[in-house]
Amino acid sequence: MDTILKDRQKQILIKGKDQFQMECAKASLAGSVSQRACVFCGSRVVLYPIVDALHLIHGPVGCAAFTWDIRGSLSSGPQLHRLSFTTDLSENEVIFGGEKKLYKAVSELIDKHRPKAAFIYSTCIVGLIGDDVEAICKKISREKNIEVIPVQAPGFAGTKKDGYKVACDAIAQLVGMSKESKTRPNSINILGDFNLAGELWLLKDYYEQMGVEIVSTITGDGRVDDIKRSHTAALNLVQCSGSMIHLAKDMKEKYNIPFKRVSYFGIEDMSTALYEVARFFSNSEMIRKASVLVKNEINALLPALAPYKQKLAGKRAAIYVGGAFKAISLIKALRLIGMDTVIVGSQTGNKDDYLLMKELCDAGTVILDDSNPMELSKFVQEKQADILIGGVKERPIAYKMGLGFCDHNHERKEALAGYQGMINFAKEVYASVMSPVWQFTKPKSL
Amino acid sequence: MNTTVSNQRTKTYAATRNACKICAPLGASVVFKGVRNCVPLIHGSQGCSTYIRRYMISHYKEPMDIASTNFTEEAAIFGGERNFDTAVRNIIEQYNPESIAVASTCLSETIGDDMEKIIRQFKARHAGESLPDIFFASTPSYKGTHMDGFHAATLSLVKHFASSGEPTNKINVFPGFVSPQDIRNLKTILQDFGLEATFITDYDETMDNPSWYTYKNLPEGGTSIAQLQSAGSAMASVELGKTLAKQQEETAGTYLNHQFGIPKISLGLPIGIHESDAFFKALESLSGKESPAKYIAERGRLVDAYVDGHKYNFGKKAVVYGEEDLVIGLVSFLEEIGLDVVLCVSGGKSGQMKRILKEDIQIKSHTEILDDTDFEEMAERCREIRPDILIGNSKGYYISRELNIPLVRVGFPIHDRMGAQRVQHLAYIGTQSLFDKITNALIEKKQNESPVGYKYM
Ligand code: SF4
Ligand code: SF4
Repeated sequence: MDTILKDRQKQILIKGKDQFQMECAKASLAGSVSQRACVFCGSRVVLYPIVDALHLIHGPVGCAAFTWDIRGSLSSGPQLHRLSFTTDLSENEVIFGGEKKLYKAVSELIDKHRPKAAFIYSTCIVGLIGDDVEAICKKISREKNIEVIPVQAPGFAGTKKDGYKVACDAIAQLVGMSKESKTRPNSINILGDFNLAGELWLLKDYYEQMGVEIVSTITGDGRVDDIKRSHTAALNLVQCSGSMIHLAKDMKEKYNIPFKRVSYFGIEDMSTALYEVARFFSNSEMIRKASVLVKNEINALLPALAPYKQKLAGKRAAIYVGGAFKAISLIKALRLIGMDTVIVGSQTGNKDDYLLMKELCDAGTVILDDSNPMELSKFVQEKQADILIGGVKERPIAYKMGLGFCDHNHERKEALAGYQGMINFAKEVYASVMSPVWQFTKPKSL
Repeated sequence: MNTTVSNQRTKTYAATRNACKICAPLGASVVFKGVRNCVPLIHGSQGCSTYIRRYMISHYKEPMDIASTNFTEEAAIFGGERNFDTAVRNIIEQYNPESIAVASTCLSETIGDDMEKIIRQFKARHAGESLPDIFFASTPSYKGTHMDGFHAATLSLVKHFASSGEPTNKINVFPGFVSPQDIRNLKTILQDFGLEATFITDYDETMDNPSWYTYKNLPEGGTSIAQLQSAGSAMASVELGKTLAKQQEETAGTYLNHQFGIPKISLGLPIGIHESDAFFKALESLSGKESPAKYIAERGRLVDAYVDGHKYNFGKKAVVYGEEDLVIGLVSFLEEIGLDVVLCVSGGKSGQMKRILKEDIQIKSHTEILDDTDFEEMAERCREIRPDILIGNSKGYYISRELNIPLVRVGFPIHDRMGAQRVQHLAYIGTQSLFDKITNALIEKKQNESPVGYKYM
């Protein structure tokens, strides 16, 4: 019995020991119990926060039931995105086709909810039963006079990351639809923040303080009409490069909007994200405002962080999250509170991401791509991590083994971005690592 | 039997809006998780398995290592045999299980993968190697809900393992989809009757493990293969769930009956005094012993509580939802304590719920029954009916929040609270716990809304 499968050995690298190029961005190995979901999942997580659109999943019930209100993406207005709609295909439709039901389902829901647009996700079996979803969408679109956009996302057609691209293509159909064409001065689109626990609102506030206009947020607290006029922004800020980079590239090509990759996790990355924008517009007033903002925030933050840092210094963290960019920011954020990263991995990182991780980490750090419970638990134990940072599926691994856990996935209820987020992050890590419960989780003989 | 009760109903919308059911391989996974040293393998794309794991983790708060054959485009076109081969080999390498339980998905069923054949050929290719037992349940979600998957998996287990042998005094217990704590409680009860029972399956420990320290590739507990084999030589089978009893299709209990002549005792989920009495009576006759004093006392305390709390419950309008058999069990109990069950809701579509509620439970004529439905339809009805309390899984929370009424969380899933694994539903002890929760929820609501915050009931 082996914890590390032969076909996965090249997806695990120990810095300072292994010299090979990390393998990544490939299909999960059958039977390995990957923590990844599917193409559909990728498309759904990206599009879901568009709050005034109708999201209907064409397929059997599971894909929709499992994703009902699954993300903590907050809306400042409509809550339509939180309803889970599906054609819930039954055997009859699998045999004779689901087009009729799809047509009826979408038409009825548009009449009832009057959404600004509709996204129709096709899951695994739709292509196989021969439904022409595109044609149905076109027909409904004509009849109801709104955009009805097919999202072809059968789970098997790649990985979660391919789903991001599918979602970006769907959004791209909306971009540029408004008649406005003039580029708005000092304006940006925020791409790739999903307003988990209201994080986007923190960011918006920072940028607005600097005098930056936000044309659209894609997709956190997203609105169809804003996306339609997003081509009038002067700059795209892309976070979570994995998920929205396609859209940024697409908009660069079509509308010549430059983009910058940023991250909002941790003081360093957050501050860079603000300065980059100010510098881009080479507006001295904006630069001044940014530095005042950063200074004020940091002056308030550092003393507040100090007590946590003191207690957490030298503790060891393991990171396993969906997006590599987030993992990279986390390494830096952990360093800021005195902690060492002993394991870092992601579901969807690419070669560059892993190189950067390697660069940032200390020797001996284990770097993982598309890992599984057996590997994670093995390394967590070997490296004697004090806390695991991950999502719902990683949580029981940490808890069962008696170590702390910090939720950094899309279900979280605490904002972790921005300066406020850094404090929340420190508090959460502290609360878990310092809890007295761990005294009982050691083996009894000790 | 009176068959005039119509089960035909048309949903108001073609779409399912906030489904009140989940998919079939999830139900199968719960059953398979109750088999000792078994790794469930879901034959389809990666997403199904990961979503199922996630959904179960949020409820059980336990690791859920469930593998996937991870269909790629190629597999979706040419079939999943190669992926199956890789998956099984990797599972053996990583987990070294005693058995691998395969559940199909909509995808593998639609492309027509013949699992029996694939498994047979796998075994032939690896003849001479020591392989885990591999068995299979067909669980396309377009044919049924998680409960259908649950029962299909149970049936597949007995079909695969049960064999004839010297008759024993053992009892097969098919508990249905209940909580690990329920199984624990039932085990104690059977033990106290001196009955040796095989739970099919026994997900008491596997889904509610103690703290570990070192990661276990396979959690402790579960029904062993030897136990499953002995199901064919048991003295009797006890199958819980009234829809199961009325079902046309074969169940694990009817299969064992036809195949091995094992008498089948069909009971409702023992919730409330009537159904628990029936359960204990069955155990009395199986064991030839009277109910132990402990349970007479439990029953007595329950009756005492019914009396102490009766005024708080009487006439309060309740909406009950979830799996059909759970709903039936709960309604039977709620009718005993004077709650006015105004609406029963399920996403299940056995077609039996309405008839059983009307004929067996004899619910009031004004009780509305909606099966094969979803949460939005339930919400719409609730806005009109204005119930006082909701009783069901955590997915109805949004309705209770909107209507500002309490929700008593039972069944599956409970994603927003601690202790889902330990919710007790069954027998006198479980009923006691439900009774206290429901009555207190109603009391608390009244207390909170009182202008004077009184200190006594
Ligand atoms: S394809 Fe079928 S089995 Fe898979 S999640 Fe969807 S409904 Fe469930
Ligand atoms: S793999 Fe296919 S069926 Fe399964 S959840 Fe993803 S899209 Fe749905």
